[in-house]
Amino acid sequence: MEFESEFMRALMEHLPVVVVTIPLFGGLLTLFTGLIQRGGGVVAWLWSLLVTAAILACASLLLWQVQTTGEQVIYRLGSWPEQWGIVYIVDALNAYVIFTIALLGFMATLYAKTSIEAEVAHDRHHQFYTVWLLAIAGLIGISVTGDAFNVYVLLEIASLTVYTLVAMGGERDRRALVASLKYLILGSIGATFILLGIGYLLMLTGTLNMADMHDQLTQMHARGELAHNRTVLVGFAFLMVGLGLKMALFPLHLWLPNAYTYAPSAVSVLIASTATKVGVYMTFRFVFTIWGGVYDTSEDMYLLSLLACAGIVISSVTAISQFDAKKVLAYSSIGQLAYIVLGFSMVNEPGVTSSVIHIFNHAVVKGGMFMALGAVCLRTGGTSIEHLQGIGKQMPLTMAAFTIGGLGLIGVPMTAGFVSKWFLIEGAMEHGHWALAFVVLLGSLLALIYIWRLVEIIWLRPPLDPKRVVKEAPLTMLIPMWILIGSSIAFGIDATWTAETAQAAARVILEGAKL
Amino acid sequence: MLAQLFSLGMLGMLAPASSALPTVEMSLSPMLAIAVPLVGAFLIAIAGRWPNIRESITLATAVALLWVVGNLANFVEAQPTAAEKLVDVVPGIPLAFHIEPLGMIYALVASSLWILNSIYSFGYMRANHEPNQTRFYVCFAVSLACVMGIAFASNMFTLFVFYEALSLATFPLVAHSGTPQAIKAARTYLGILMGTSVCLMLPAMVATWVYTGTLDFVPGGVFSEPLANHVLTPALFGVIFALYMFGVGKAALMPAHRWLPAAMVAPTPVSALLHAVAVVKAGVFTVVKVAVYIIGVDQLQKYGQGGWLVLFAGGTILIASFIALFQDNLKRRLAYSTISQLAYVTLGAALLYPISIKAAALHIAAHAFAKITLFFAAGSIYTASHHRIVNVSQLDGIGRKMPWTMAAFTIGTLSMIGLPPTAGFLSKWWMLQGAWTADNQFAVFVLVGSTLLNAGYFLPIVYRAFFKPPPANEAAEVGHGHAHAEHAHAHGEAPLPMVLALIGTAAATVVLFFQPDVFAGLATMLADSLPKVVP
Repeated sequence: MEFESEFMRALMEHLPVVVVTIPLFGGLLTLFTGLIQRGGGVVAWLWSLLVTAAILACASLLLWQVQTTGEQVIYRLGSWPEQWGIVYIVDALNAYVIFTIALLGFMATLYAKTSIEAEVAHDRHHQFYTVWLLAIAGLIGISVTGDAFNVYVLLEIASLTVYTLVAMGGERDRRALVASLKYLILGSIGATFILLGIGYLLMLTGTLNMADMHDQLTQMHARGELAHNRTVLVGFAFLMVGLGLKMALFPLHLWLPNAYTYAPSAVSVLIASTATKVGVYMTFRFVFTIWGGVYDTSEDMYLLSLLACAGIVISSVTAISQFDAKKVLAYSSIGQLAYIVLGFSMVNEPGVTSSVIHIFNHAVVKGGMFMALGAVCLRTGGTSIEHLQGIGKQMPLTMAAFTIGGLGLIGVPMTAGFVSKWFLIEGAMEHGHWALAFVVLLGSLLALIYIWRLVEIIWLRPPLDPKRVVKEAPLTMLIPMWILIGSSIAFGIDATWTAETAQAAARVILEGAKL
Repeated sequence: MLAQLFSLGMLGMLAPASSALPTVEMSLSPMLAIAVPLVGAFLIAIAGRWPNIRESITLATAVALLWVVGNLANFVEAQPTAAEKLVDVVPGIPLAFHIEPLGMIYALVASSLWILNSIYSFGYMRANHEPNQTRFYVCFAVSLACVMGIAFASNMFTLFVFYEALSLATFPLVAHSGTPQAIKAARTYLGILMGTSVCLMLPAMVATWVYTGTLDFVPGGVFSEPLANHVLTPALFGVIFALYMFGVGKAALMPAHRWLPAAMVAPTPVSALLHAVAVVKAGVFTVVKVAVYIIGVDQLQKYGQGGWLVLFAGGTILIASFIALFQDNLKRRLAYSTISQLAYVTLGAALLYPISIKAAALHIAAHAFAKITLFFAAGSIYTASHHRIVNVSQLDGIGRKMPWTMAAFTIGTLSMIGLPPTAGFLSKWWMLQGAWTADNQFAVFVLVGSTLLNAGYFLPIVYRAFFKPPPANEAAEVGHGHAHAEHAHAHGEAPLPMVLALIGTAAATVVLFFQPDVFAGLATMLADSLPKVVP
């Protein structure tokens, strides 16, 4: 008893770092499962499941801690003061982002078993799960750190591991290798730009701590040193382009569709629901927490909202004409990301709330839908239109999940997508921009078209080969799929919790944006 | 929450069985009216393998629903009852329900006609060997649950939720046959309905929320304060009103009417209950509800907005009637007639006077009973003729073979034109009074003109059916006797359940003329509750 409470106290104290170290070391240990069984096999999976469950538990505790105390949790690595050491800061915003990643990480790991057995060579599972957990460590790390350079380091961990994960799809489809290479090139450019941006920030402020950077910049701003300062402009430009690449903001999205399409199913689930979201989170930190109140970003935000509008329309139109359902979802992801960007580009409470809430809502919806397509891929060998024809009668549970997820993408009321859309339109109207509201609605109409096209193919067309016997997806796939899709419904019917969490996070973001 | 709904539903299902439909003193929850058809849908899905049990459950659910709605009707008052909250969707915007006269009219019409329509469906679906019958009955029950949600919604958001759900739940019914033609039509259907509601109604709703901070249905509307404080300009108020009016695609106000003729590809019971009653009335119901409880007719008058709606509604009445004149396909002709009749209700709301609102409310009921009769007759002819007779030009002499069907059809026709002794006369009478009160020459002209047009496209059908001889080739066919025994047999009446149902609705149309109190009383209650306008 004594020990337990002692342990809990220590755990609570170290939570911010524990959520990163668990997957980091857990991932490295996964390699050794190869010693127990050739390729790790089921042991590697069980170990990863245990690790992700532990992260989820810690992330939930962290979120609970932040929400009950209402204060930031500050953790200094090695007890070094902020100026020299690395500091991890958790507030209402990133506790929520970390929770989202941890939840999706756990669900995707639960799902991965069957998918990876079918898609990755049997002697490589331990390697796969090592990289998998490292990717999760990187993604969570980016979200937890309060140190700008540490962001870059963890970003590289997350990026390199994700490129590898995408390339693992090469055994099913060789195009995954090319997709991964493209992702590698563009992603590295993005990361380099972010590094350059951080470099310029260091030049200006002489510190790498985000909060300190902000203080320094505020003082410089008060002294009038930032007016017509080219370092400011160039640094900000590098950051925005780099972040745009990481978020797959139109027109910097070209790496995304093929990477999502040809990656192994479980990887598509993980990266589609978390990778770009972390880019959004970094943008929040750089634009609002560091630069907020220092530099008039209204014109940049205007540009972002234009790009987001273009992204919503163009990616949705492209999604309509795709022949591979995974690609439809990939293009849809670009559009949905653009909604998130559009939301925070309004810089008002409903707008930012919609961005934050959509990080979670889109993650569960898209994660669940990619899971459904992964199940189709497992049972029929592909996800193109021929594979989907008439599959509704053969895999009713999977396809029902896919359809309900699709309704969430359209933003039908009673799904999570509607709640995001509601706040987004409210933000646009409060902003006085009816035009933006109509772009959002046009986007929903286009989503209706690309989703309904698939729904008709799935439910109303007869199967190409009526004699083909297709079994329903296995339980390890159905359970996480329905948990995610079910939470899309649950948080569509009662969004009080997500909405209040997102509003608290939005206030944190906007606090920094005050001029 | 689901468990709550489920237990409520079970209660509703069991209660009528245990005691012979008693009235209850305690106040029931309007949510029960939503739960009953949902539970019914669930049970129908389970019983899908046994058609007789499945159909019995459908009928039992329909009866239970009418019982629930009938009991709820005892508690209706001019002012809406206190809202019952189910769940907060977004902080400040709950799913909540209340009872008020207009919703009660709509709920009573839909639930009472569901019983007759179910009986009709059994005959129709079996006689025509339609596929996927379980899906059909399940979707039907879910649609009715959505209808009840719309009728009892106590805020715009709740109404919107069930409105969208109704569009989705009826999609499989429209695409029922699964032919490329049906799927294409269903696409048009969903595209227009979702397109208008998402692109127009939703922004109007968000604008209402942004400017007034509430979405509740309040007698007199919610806009008086922001308008008085000059937060909202009258022009923008007019825009919001327009977004609402065109956003309600289900009201089929031109130019958003194309989905209705497209939906005629569905089996006739769907056209009858959904596309003459439940779905389209959801549209005009929303129009009236928004005008009365969100926008506020007095506010519209005060700030001189909404005059254009009379023109659009009047235009729709005349143009749709005119198009109907040239439709040879019977169901399409009926569809265009529906478009025109729906615009009567919109016109009533647009005239902005209590008497016209009253007429609009009553017309929701009057048109429902008559139009469902006409569709029932069309479906009977189609079934009895083994799918051969779908056009008006094929109807020569059919009245002799199908006297009951065509007699009922004639009664429906009279109500459409607005002649006594049918319910259509009453609503048209009040509507004309409203037009005179509003001193609106155009509306009077529209009402008179459309009466002539209605007669112009309906009376020829009656004439053909009863006074023209059957075509010669058909007589020859009958002469073949044994070779075409089936055909010869086909030219009798349709199966008994269908005939019973259409006699029932035709009788109701006449009864409503003599005993309009149920609906007229509610309509009067609604009109009396309106804020008195100072001209």
